[in-house]
Amino acid sequence: MIGIVRPEKANEVLEALYRAEVRGVSMSRVQGHGGELERVETYRGTTVQVGLEDKVRFEIAVSDEFVDPTIEALCEGARTGEVGDGKIFVLPLDRAVRIRTGETDHGAVTPVGK
Amino acid sequence: MSWLPVAQAAAEIDTGDTAWMLAATALVLLMTPALGLFYAGLVRAKNSLNTFMMCVAAIGIAGFTWALLGYSLAFDGEAAVLGGLGNFALHDVGFEPRGEGTIPALLFMAFQGTFCIITVALIAGAVVERMRFGAFMVFAALWSIVVYAVLAHWAFGGGWLAQQGTLDFAGGVPVEMGSGFSALAAALVVGARKDYGRQALLPHNAVYVLVGAGLLWFGWFGFNGGSGLGAGQQSVLAFVNTLLTPACALLTWFVLDLIRGRKVTAIGAATAIIVGCVLITPAGGFISPAWAMLLGFLGALPCYLAIAWRPRTRVDETLDVLAAHGIAGFTGILFLGLVAQIGWNGVADGLFYGDGGQFWSQVVAAAVTPAYAFIVTFALLKIVGAVMPLRASEHDEAVGMDVVYHGEEAYPTGEGAILVMPDPDSENKLVADPG
Repeated sequence: MIGIVRPEKANEVLEALYRAEVRGVSMSRVQGHGGELERVETYRGTTVQVGLEDKVRFEIAVSDEFVDPTIEALCEGARTGEVGDGKIFVLPLDRAVRIRTGETDHGAVTPVGK
Repeated sequence: MSWLPVAQAAAEIDTGDTAWMLAATALVLLMTPALGLFYAGLVRAKNSLNTFMMCVAAIGIAGFTWALLGYSLAFDGEAAVLGGLGNFALHDVGFEPRGEGTIPALLFMAFQGTFCIITVALIAGAVVERMRFGAFMVFAALWSIVVYAVLAHWAFGGGWLAQQGTLDFAGGVPVEMGSGFSALAAALVVGARKDYGRQALLPHNAVYVLVGAGLLWFGWFGFNGGSGLGAGQQSVLAFVNTLLTPACALLTWFVLDLIRGRKVTAIGAATAIIVGCVLITPAGGFISPAWAMLLGFLGALPCYLAIAWRPRTRVDETLDVLAAHGIAGFTGILFLGLVAQIGWNGVADGLFYGDGGQFWSQVVAAAVTPAYAFIVTFALLKIVGAVMPLRASEHDEAVGMDVVYHGEEAYPTGEGAILVMPDPDSENKLVADPG
């Protein structure tokens, strides 16, 4: 699952995911454009429209029963109601392997101790 | 400050004194952009330009209000509470010395103006990352008159504190206690940042903080070394003490850092430099170098404790102006009342050298200044807040002050930025897409 959200909401998303007991997350900083109004910046005589906004991209691999709670957590944490809140893409996962143990698929995306 | 007639009696211009004071004035002005750099490093990247800009704005605002009105209220006449309007808009401020001085009154005005500027900029540290830029500028203009000019008159301009014998070499009263206790009031009225106490709000560039602290220390040689208003012995003493006290404060800070976290921190070191400079500010030209070193070692303790304690409270006095300036200034003012030596300063002895009355004069200043600064700033911000909102909206606070108030970022990548043709005839004509 891929969630692209506002950087200023990233901490709230992490809190929501934590409450939903989703423990395996990676995040990266990306730039993108999703239809929001373009921001104008001026540096001395140079005026620019900032077409790409900073966003944060979450990548989360979950088992089937966690898909809906994860979507809910992403929406809850990232929503402001303004254009530019981001997107969630849910993709099928062919294989997953936990490198430490060699566990695959369901076992690989289930937190240790569950 | 030498409102007292020291050594020289004849009111004649001394070119040596004037040369040093010209340089010292420029050194003190440098402290405000240096403070901007120090503060900018301490905040999050998205607010770093706005934080720096509050300091830059202080130069414009206080530089103007001081010349227009503040200087006159501080230095025209020796009434107990407030000066007159005889020097309004620099009327009668020319090349003749002021009173017993040996430098042109015009230069004296500029030197004192740079003090007003840095003091206004200091208060920004209490309200960064959430106060509206416009509201801050209105507040800064009013504060430079109703708090700074008044305190400067009391301590430097022959007002009641000076008359009852308070010694304040370079601004423990108006600059350090004035800014520190006003900062506390400002933090209380404006309120905490929305994520304060909930998320980690970390300094974004510790190197800026250290460079800013280094430049502040450099400028402080003009601040303290110039407060003898000439190139005499008191200035030399204050200059040397400005080297010694921060050096010793650094060592205390290292030890305290080691005890608390087992590591010596860089931002702690930058803070210690500021604290040391503030400690010696009121005392610079009055105490011996040996006492100045002890002041650095001991005076750092209460400031360290305050900085360690404050973030555990709900008071988001964001950049600890109260601890680094208010408490350090308070400590320096009192310490000087204990250890001043007439053999070093030609003016007065402290309690340890037989004059308990001097210590009492210092206690009065240390009690009244914080109360005045806190109460008037609190009331002033309540009034400004009734006319216009003091705070940015939650949305703007989340996005960051730089984009919201300045339309700029501290670290723009240029990726995805589309050049808008700077041609008035063709509105928003796109000529290139470097992304």
